[in-house]
Amino acid sequence: MTQTITPAPIRRSVEVKVPPARAFEIFTASASRWWLKTHSISATKSPIKDVVIEPRSGGRWFERGEDGSECEWGKVLAWEPPSRLLLAWQINADFKYDPSLTTEVEIRFTPAANGTLVALEHRLIERMGERGVGMRDAFTRGWGLLLDSYAQHAN
Amino acid sequence: MTYVSTALAALADPTRRAIFEQLGDGPRSVGAIARGLPISRPAVSQHLKQLKEAGLVSDHADGTRRIYRIDPAGLGALRQWLDRFWDDALAAFKAEADAETDREAEE
Repeated sequence: MTQTITPAPIRRSVEVKVPPARAFEIFTASASRWWLKTHSISATKSPIKDVVIEPRSGGRWFERGEDGSECEWGKVLAWEPPSRLLLAWQINADFKYDPSLTTEVEIRFTPAANGTLVALEHRLIERMGERGVGMRDAFTRGWGLLLDSYAQHAN
Repeated sequence: MTYVSTALAALADPTRRAIFEQLGDGPRSVGAIARGLPISRPAVSQHLKQLKEAGLVSDHADGTRRIYRIDPAGLGALRQWLDRFWDDALAAFKAEADAETDREAEE
């Protein structure tokens, strides 16, 4: 297979009733209050206590477990309240932090009639396919091998 | 890796594997896929739907036809996981933001 297909970015948006500055604040400073506690990537499997997005470009983005352990998610690429936040999602397809991998999560906060439109785009996810699960290798060796492997796992 | 399991299950079926293999040679319409297999077009469509739900193939309209292609490098399954992840995360974020507005309204 010689063709290259680039996956479209993941795009999601929600409308909230607070103004952009407050929406930005809730998204970042209050992340611990809404971030799903089950979505931990921590190796210690400790439940998430805090999700921290440091309020500056170059800041860290990480989870802190109830046992105090910290696990990186990525970093802050652009900190532009109240309108825009750009995060580096550096978790690979094995759900491990990988500083050599950068996918981008951009969140835009736009004034809307009754509050704020929060639009999220997670892009460059094709980079995840270049490492981690080794699927790319399987593909270059041919579909047959990959399919055999799939079938074995599935049966 | 839980996100891969849907893909594995989808490919456990020999017919779906055959369809997936055909798409490995390049994008195809439903009709073109059906011509190479001893099953009906509706049956092919049904299998394609399941492959799509597993994140293994994607489709787009070309006139009145639908063209199917493989999602690159098995990313479909990962993408599906991310889709759900962001759905859940944004829903939780909205609930938190709206709860705050409601609290203020009561005060």
